[in-house]
Amino acid sequence: MNDDFSVHFPAVAVGNLLDSIPHGIAVIDRELKIVLINEFLEALTGLALADVKGVYVDFVLRSNIAQRGRTFREVLASGEPLVIDGDIVSRDRRKIPMQFTLSPLRGDEDETVGLVIVLDDLTAVVASAGLSADHDQTDSIIGQSPKMREVFDLIPLMAHTEASVLITGETGTGKDKVAEAIHQRSSRAAKPFIKINCGALPESLLESELFGYVKGAFTGAVKDKPGMFRLAQGGTLFLTEIGDMPLPLQVKLLSVLDDREFFPLGGEKKIKVDVRIIAATHRPLKQRVAAGEFREDLYYRLNVLHLHLPPLRERETDTRFLLNHFLRLFAERTGNSAKTFSDESLALLMDYAFPGNIRELRNIVEYCVNICQSRRIEVEHLPKYLFSRLSPVAPPAPAALEPEARTMQSPASGKDWLAIEKDLIIETLTQTRGNRTKAAEILGWGRTTLWRKLKTHGLVNAPELSNTKEAA
Amino acid sequence: MKILLTVQDNSIAPRFDQATEVIIAEHDGRRLTAEPRTIILPHRSAEELSDLIVKEGVQCVVCGGIEDSFHKFFTWKKITVIDGVIGAHAEAMDKVCAGELRPGAILASAKQGE
Repeated sequence: MNDDFSVHFPAVAVGNLLDSIPHGIAVIDRELKIVLINEFLEALTGLALADVKGVYVDFVLRSNIAQRGRTFREVLASGEPLVIDGDIVSRDRRKIPMQFTLSPLRGDEDETVGLVIVLDDLTAVVASAGLSADHDQTDSIIGQSPKMREVFDLIPLMAHTEASVLITGETGTGKDKVAEAIHQRSSRAAKPFIKINCGALPESLLESELFGYVKGAFTGAVKDKPGMFRLAQGGTLFLTEIGDMPLPLQVKLLSVLDDREFFPLGGEKKIKVDVRIIAATHRPLKQRVAAGEFREDLYYRLNVLHLHLPPLRERETDTRFLLNHFLRLFAERTGNSAKTFSDESLALLMDYAFPGNIRELRNIVEYCVNICQSRRIEVEHLPKYLFSRLSPVAPPAPAALEPEARTMQSPASGKDWLAIEKDLIIETLTQTRGNRTKAAEILGWGRTTLWRKLKTHGLVNAPELSNTKEAA
Repeated sequence: MKILLTVQDNSIAPRFDQATEVIIAEHDGRRLTAEPRTIILPHRSAEELSDLIVKEGVQCVVCGGIEDSFHKFFTWKKITVIDGVIGAHAEAMDKVCAGELRPGAILASAKQGE
């Protein structure tokens, strides 16, 4: 590290100051090596300052603006601040749009001794770019039915308390979005919002992800890992699929919620945490308590505030409202002219049960907008799998929803349909362990259609392709 | 095992989708079976790089930050991904051959290279 730097800026004082700022901040020296990163950036990158001090900045930021350091060197040379838009790849493998502000740091004799890089998350700006201001929506949660109005009224109330929140509702009802909306409207908004899926990881891994470990705690623990509780310090920890958390971990979670402190794996020193917990599940927790699969005491500890998100079939007027909303949104995004649903296609959609709720509805509308070349969306423009399910669909039991949930988890806002379709195929094939027949069944396509789409998306190996040609 | 490392100068490239150079090596479980090959990519494209990885029959990818969709794609293709690696590619290669490289590893060489 550049010695000049530490003379001008004592690390401890600057570090404390930077931790109080709700943006990712990195301080680098003239050699473009990390001097300091604040806690916010640690949470974003999953990298601890102690590990990355002295490391070249772009290995830490993982941005697309560095151009092998040229951008930073130009600011150092010119001494002029620079604001530039780009993105980073975060700890949880998300590409996050960012505005980078690069400002020179000056020493006593006005010489440039380094740079301060401030990262401003543009996700909200980018996400809302296609949405109009509307009183029937909170952030990106939309609805006008009485049940959703109740939810909208409750969100600010829940945001202004520190109590734990339990969000329940079927898959695709927007539990994640509500949790984020509560966090964004709370006094913790400037601090991290960390999400962890309790159903996605095996018990031992989940424990180390949540509570962290110390170096030497087990084979392979070659350095300290802070864990999600510490990364969410001062902010909100969102535990999704809490109903799937293994029983032994439930005990440890309850203890942390009660005492606000815990021992990391293999650690001898208690860590104090100030984290608000929001939990969500699509499983009936009360029944799981009765069956001995979920601890009663933890249930009551989490269930201080309870918010139930109604499924779409109970939201009366919302189906029509949401169809129109997404139709307008995707038509604008794709640059297509305004489209409408024909009476027949609208009647079919209104009769459909949407077991995947809003996620599914949104996917269907995006499909239609991309497939339909005329102004009116007719029945033939609707996804074919709807017709096999149009016979009255009973609301699925929560546990049985899982495969459906996985098939519908792909749509990330801002992606076009082809990208969503590709993600959907990959996710379904992962779920079926590569079994194409089963995947085709889940997706509601024939095997040939799936094969054609695999080829379209470049998901077929060259040897497989050549075998097919030879066979033909 | 065929290993691919995304590189930038002497280091593992910070991002998979920004990499313009890769090294491909083959390892028989004890040592490299041939001199590693360096391939310069015509431009930055995560999609084209993924195609290359599949076509080359790579079994292990070592890289920096990678988006979840590509990570899932490789997992589905039964390709091991060791991502989030920071450090010199030579050290990463030694470690991966010895079976000692883990995702998120910050190698000893990380503080020397740019």
